[in-house]
Amino acid sequence: MDRQIRRLGLAFLVMFLLLFAQVNYVQVFAANRLEDNPANPRILLEAYKNQRGAILARDERTVLARSVPTNGSLKFLRVYPHGSLYGQITGYFSLLYGTSALEESQNEWLSGTSSRLIPQTLVDELLGRPRRGATVVTTIDPKLQRTAEQALGNLPGAVVAMNPRNGQILAMVSHPSYDPNPLASHDLATQRAAWRRLTHDPGKPLVPRANQELYPPGSTFKLVTASAALENGMTPDTRFPNPSVLKLPQTTNTLQNFGGEHCLGGAPTITLTQALTVSCNVVFGEIGLRLGAEKLVAQAKKYGFDRTIPFEIPFAEGQIPNAAAFKDNLPLVAFSAIGQASVLANPLQMALVTSAIANHGVEMLPHLVEEIRDASGRVVETVPPQEYGQPISPTTAAELTQMMVDVVQQGTGTAAQIPGVTVAGKTGTAQHPGGNPHAWFVCFAPAAHPKLVVAVVVLDGGSLGSEATGGAVAAPIAKAVLEAGLAR
Amino acid sequence: MATRADPLVRSRAQTQLALIVLAVVLSIAAYVMVVLGTTGKTPEGVAGLVAAMGLSYLGAHLVVRRFAPGADPTFLPVAAMLCGLGYAMIYRLRPSLAAEQFTWMLIGLGLFCLTLVVVRDDRGLEAYTYTIGLVGVGLLLLPIVPHIGETINGARLWVSLGPVSFQPSEVSKVLLTIFLASYLDRRKELLATATRRVGPLRLPEPRYFGPLLLAWVVALGVLFVENDLGSSLLFFGIFVVMLWVATGRGAYLVVGAILFAVAATLGYLLIPHVQERVLVWLHALSPALVNGTGYQVAQGQFALASGGVFGTGLGQGYPWKIPYSWTDFIFAALGEELGLFGVTAVLLLYVAICARGLRAATQRTDGFGKLLATGLTTVIALQTFVIVGGVTRLIPLTGITLPFVSYGGSSLVTNFVLLALLVRVSAPRLGEPAAGRARAGAMNGGLS
Repeated sequence: MDRQIRRLGLAFLVMFLLLFAQVNYVQVFAANRLEDNPANPRILLEAYKNQRGAILARDERTVLARSVPTNGSLKFLRVYPHGSLYGQITGYFSLLYGTSALEESQNEWLSGTSSRLIPQTLVDELLGRPRRGATVVTTIDPKLQRTAEQALGNLPGAVVAMNPRNGQILAMVSHPSYDPNPLASHDLATQRAAWRRLTHDPGKPLVPRANQELYPPGSTFKLVTASAALENGMTPDTRFPNPSVLKLPQTTNTLQNFGGEHCLGGAPTITLTQALTVSCNVVFGEIGLRLGAEKLVAQAKKYGFDRTIPFEIPFAEGQIPNAAAFKDNLPLVAFSAIGQASVLANPLQMALVTSAIANHGVEMLPHLVEEIRDASGRVVETVPPQEYGQPISPTTAAELTQMMVDVVQQGTGTAAQIPGVTVAGKTGTAQHPGGNPHAWFVCFAPAAHPKLVVAVVVLDGGSLGSEATGGAVAAPIAKAVLEAGLAR
Repeated sequence: MATRADPLVRSRAQTQLALIVLAVVLSIAAYVMVVLGTTGKTPEGVAGLVAAMGLSYLGAHLVVRRFAPGADPTFLPVAAMLCGLGYAMIYRLRPSLAAEQFTWMLIGLGLFCLTLVVVRDDRGLEAYTYTIGLVGVGLLLLPIVPHIGETINGARLWVSLGPVSFQPSEVSKVLLTIFLASYLDRRKELLATATRRVGPLRLPEPRYFGPLLLAWVVALGVLFVENDLGSSLLFFGIFVVMLWVATGRGAYLVVGAILFAVAATLGYLLIPHVQERVLVWLHALSPALVNGTGYQVAQGQFALASGGVFGTGLGQGYPWKIPYSWTDFIFAALGEELGLFGVTAVLLLYVAICARGLRAATQRTDGFGKLLATGLTTVIALQTFVIVGGVTRLIPLTGITLPFVSYGGSSLVTNFVLLALLVRVSAPRLGEPAAGRARAGAMNGGLS
């Protein structure tokens, strides 16, 4: 019998070794794969276990998002005290729908998992304290953000305000926006209901219009065309013929001015400055044809069109077709030169173009995060100003600035005038097949020492419908933001 | 007779006492860590727990010392450790059940002592062979009786008698082991008689397969009528192992394996519940099952994975996400919070019980004692393998308790009685010098 007992002992040993091997497999070899399984509730429980860092405005007092303790199994609730005002900037933090915008891109800081936080997290670990997330201080100015939101009112559109010297985004509003609070609710039914409502809303409140959607920029793109002209030998005083309509090559189609008008009351010739001031389509079409697709496209790309520009939340850079695409379609060059056809942009892209003009030709990288503070308040990272590039020379920048001052003083942008301040701006009224024109306005002030760039788009004509122009609809909104910003 | 003056008896008693102190200290530490980890506060009334746990195990120690001098000193401390770890984990997962579990532990220890006091010599049990066997089978089949049996979670393995409800199969496994040890010891020569050879196998006469077939039919009854996979498997497994150990006939293992395969196939084809278990075993993490029938197994896998090598620490993980984490899946809960290190330690505790149990078997000179020790050890080994293998997805899940650790009165109390019998079997019998047996063990090579 003892022989069998010993063999049984061996069999038991094999059984326990099998168990040991299997436990090793599950806990070590397959562990990573299991931990990342989307059905693993620990991913989110872990996210809700520790106090996530707050997202603050630049004043460090206005709270964009923070986590408050609860008594439930999810220990912290994400709260957005200002509802929809900063929704597009913070994004949401949701059990069911994940994260977006800053909540997504700054997650390593906010959750406290970044290796750069190790001194602090190690101390917490040693003292047995729960891990605490770092605070993200944004560049957003709450006063300007609120002004921009109020100025836009109920109109669908977006506003971007930035400091041209360092690229800091001071305000970024997209309307309609959404309140991230119900998406962060611990009640799943509340989350689902909010998600259904937001995704079915015809106003598309989840869509970030300031930075992620693309629209025809209309005449604001003439700043890019004028840049290319000035960089390629033309001057503000270069004269162009001034026909009432532009005959186009390769087609019987013509290019017309806004409302079918004849620029400057039908004067035989017109300077570049005059053409920009009254936003003369015929002349800019002609400039586009003279420059050729290659130079126009190259200039747009220098401003960041079709390039990748790093930004803390998803940024869709402007779009312009490759030069080769224009070869058999010269009329398209003329239409692109006035910001129509296949040229697309959003307020953030147009704010970057404007900021390069305002900053002596140097385009700064836009950024939303100013600094990161760990749980004990120590600054662990400061985002320094960074140049993106120099799309135009300082001379071109100065010439364009003067031309944009003319736009506001005596051209299409008079609605943006501020007593005692020289404002430089450009209007845009972009035709599109979907409905009433989009009204654009980009500007900066003071013209001599620019402190603030504002870009506004009001979609589908806003309050004026088919009568909408950039000067009438978008310029007053930009003016309100400029005034608030300059008074800071 | 072994006396207290015997140096081996003394040293074993001292070893047992030292190990018990260690087990109680570690158990209390686990409890304190659980409370700290979940609430962040030091628990109140630790002194009471120390007193209750310490005194009860000290009492059990003294009973072993007085009534089973020279017994193997590992069994009681190892059980105390497993039980203490289980208590801490149950407190962590279901604080409301912890007091109950503690009560069951006290009752279990009481019966442990009572068994040692009443059963002074295990051979005395042989006089009741058939009574014990009949009661054992009766209890195994009792849940089938209408009005008494209760179906909980799809398996009819509970019995309600008035206010008391218990799992008779738990008690039955001990009784049937005693019965088989005695019965097989008497019949082993007969059952081992080989008349024919088939290849390397020496086959006993066909009629001697009768008992095996009978056991198979009973196991099938438990499987099909009570839907109790665990008890069925355990019962049949113990029977085959003990039959083989008693007779040395490999033919019983082969035929037993074939019968098992037939039963498993029948079960798979006829019981949807069994098909589901197999499907979950193979595909628990597939998107179709992970939030459905595979939920429990998948949650167990996630828990184990998040524990990793060192575990999250007691009270720091999310083992409460696993359904029935405090009973069948307590191993996964331990794996999450104690990590690979912790569960390896737990497995080693079972290895210790099994090794010492088989060592006790080889040290006995009589067939009954050998078979009883082997059978009781096999109960623990098989049960641990089946539930840990099921929880870790080594084999399809079969819902039985993890001995001494899982929440559950019937299981805990029965396991303490089983433990008492192991202690009894390991102790030198009346009129047999302990030192002589130790030498015999050393000569046998032992199995420690």
